[in-house]
Amino acid sequence: MSIFINKDTRIITQGITGKTGQFHTEKCIEYANGKNCFVAGVNPKKAGEKIFDVPIFGSVKEAAQQTGATVSVIYVPPPGAAAAIWEAVEADLDLAICITEGIPVRDMLMVRNKMKEKEAKGGKKTLLLGPNCPGLITPDEVKIGIMPGHIHKKGRIGVVSRSGTLTYEAVGQLTELGLGQSSAVGIGGDPINGLKHIDVMKAFNDDPDTDAVIMIGEIGGPDEAEAAMWCKANMKKPIVGFIAGVTAPAGKRMGHAGALISGGADTADAKLAIMEECGFKVTRNPSEMAKLLKAML
Amino acid sequence: MKIHEYQGKQILKKFGVTVPRGIHCTTVDDAVKAAETLGGKVWVVKAQIHAGGRGKGGGVKVATSLEKVREYAGQILGMQLITHQTGPEGQKVRNLLIEEGADIKHEYYVAALTDRATQSVAMMASYEGGMDIEEVAHKTPEKIVKVFVNPLVGLTDEQALTLAKGMGMLETSIPQCVDTLKKLYTCYMETDASLAEINPLIHEGDGTVKALDAKFNFDSNALYRQEEIVAMRDLDEEDADEIEASKFDLAYISLDGNIGCLVNGAGLAMATMDTIKLFGAEPANFLDVGGGATTEKVTEAFKIMLKNPKVKGILVNIFGGIMRCDTIATGVVAAAKETHLSVPLVVRMKGTNEDLGKQILKDSGLPIISADSMAEAATKIVAAVK
Repeated sequence: MSIFINKDTRIITQGITGKTGQFHTEKCIEYANGKNCFVAGVNPKKAGEKIFDVPIFGSVKEAAQQTGATVSVIYVPPPGAAAAIWEAVEADLDLAICITEGIPVRDMLMVRNKMKEKEAKGGKKTLLLGPNCPGLITPDEVKIGIMPGHIHKKGRIGVVSRSGTLTYEAVGQLTELGLGQSSAVGIGGDPINGLKHIDVMKAFNDDPDTDAVIMIGEIGGPDEAEAAMWCKANMKKPIVGFIAGVTAPAGKRMGHAGALISGGADTADAKLAIMEECGFKVTRNPSEMAKLLKAML
Repeated sequence: MKIHEYQGKQILKKFGVTVPRGIHCTTVDDAVKAAETLGGKVWVVKAQIHAGGRGKGGGVKVATSLEKVREYAGQILGMQLITHQTGPEGQKVRNLLIEEGADIKHEYYVAALTDRATQSVAMMASYEGGMDIEEVAHKTPEKIVKVFVNPLVGLTDEQALTLAKGMGMLETSIPQCVDTLKKLYTCYMETDASLAEINPLIHEGDGTVKALDAKFNFDSNALYRQEEIVAMRDLDEEDADEIEASKFDLAYISLDGNIGCLVNGAGLAMATMDTIKLFGAEPANFLDVGGGATTEKVTEAFKIMLKNPKVKGILVNIFGGIMRCDTIATGVVAAAKETHLSVPLVVRMKGTNEDLGKQILKDSGLPIISADSMAEAATKIVAAVK
């Protein structure tokens, strides 16, 4: 098994005709069962056409109805990305994965609150991964996003991180030690996002095919601490934790919009301390993540 | 993106918040003229830099005569103003705000900012205005009232009243305070701000509620639709190297150490900096070359890092995914040649076409040190600069 996606997932690509969307859709189709998984694209101006043999529809709703797809991946440029997320939510999909980087925070605030309002009124809950994330992968089954497929190996370790390349770093280390991954999830570096560390940790905890997890965080925000507290009370599997940004100065945005130290509680040191207290095996040496995890199995 | 106080007050005024009359100027003569134009007997001469704590640093003075305005403007313009937010070298004062004096009866604090945990806009208020609010938050958190605003609804009358009463606003000024808070919220949303802070907000002898300061940060993702805000950008207040880097789509922040680092991805860049520290040195910068690094981008990144005279060595750490290691290796070799690199260079490459990349580095004839892991790379660069 795996979390959120597997070889039977059927996927719509929003923004499939743009440069980024095309490039990555082709790579995703080439990976494992991708050819069967990526069943639809969306572009109102090109409905009826095909790209990589994938039919293009005028709307997400139509694409979902015609193909039975339940997941979408979004490469739509920033000004229209929040609207694209909302379109996926209105189509009652299970999961929307937004890769787009640079969406205005106000747009994300609006769409997240609209999603919550819909759920509160009894509407279907659509999970959101991202934005500004690499996506997620279940090795040898399906990859949805921009990560390099070939560094992954099928197995029983879960990986969750905000950052793209730091996720690849953890995956690369695991694969090198012969430890495969059940799923690897990049939740993204934006301050207002969908799935958080805690949500992904819950999913890994419930997944019978995940034995242990590497959880990677960054400076800024309360998410890692919240996840750690939950894990302390509920998590049945060993966790290795790392937080990037011990050397980051306060008040400076370190690339990611969300990687900004605001108060005293969201420094790397403070987060590492909480994670350690909550039973994580934490390290300050990111080269050791997989080695530490292997020692715990 | 940050702006000056005088610009922040222009924005507040546009949204209907009462602010003192004031004039922005850049010379001593204009400062005196501004005071004459404003009239009255008391003026405030305020240094305009993108950092807080200006009063404590000697950048805000109250003048009771035109001669004093001239004297203070002369002292403040051109000074290196040092505050707890500028760093020890301070920030040069190039702009002044001359304002009419205010009849301050009490100083309050109000702010709006985006709250990640609740995914709403947090509005905060306190009776303890005029001082460092982080200190208040730390020592007496009960003195700060907070409401969380659902952006689909906006700041309600009830919430605004909770804030006005909670901050201990003068009873008769509560209606104007509620109005001010609602306007501040509208302003925050419509300008795509990520922080809007008025410290202090005051009430005057006649009960008028007025914003005596204005601090704004704006969401850089939204600048494409905020032309008026972008026009307020003051490049003199920003780090020249960071601006240069942004032209090439590089995220660069200079730090205090002596090891330059070039990495793809913000998280991996921070992890690389942390590893350098872990092995006994300090990073000279944060530099994320992003996902689509070309030879040109890598060369520019090297130039920017090497401008810093403290740099004694460089560590390149690339996890090749979509971006291939051979592309990066070609870029690194070209950059090292073009910049006549004279400091030690350690390169760690992983991922797509890793072996091809390593071969390119080896065949270049340059003294590039290769490493397999971040830890090994850090160990090698730290040893090389000692």
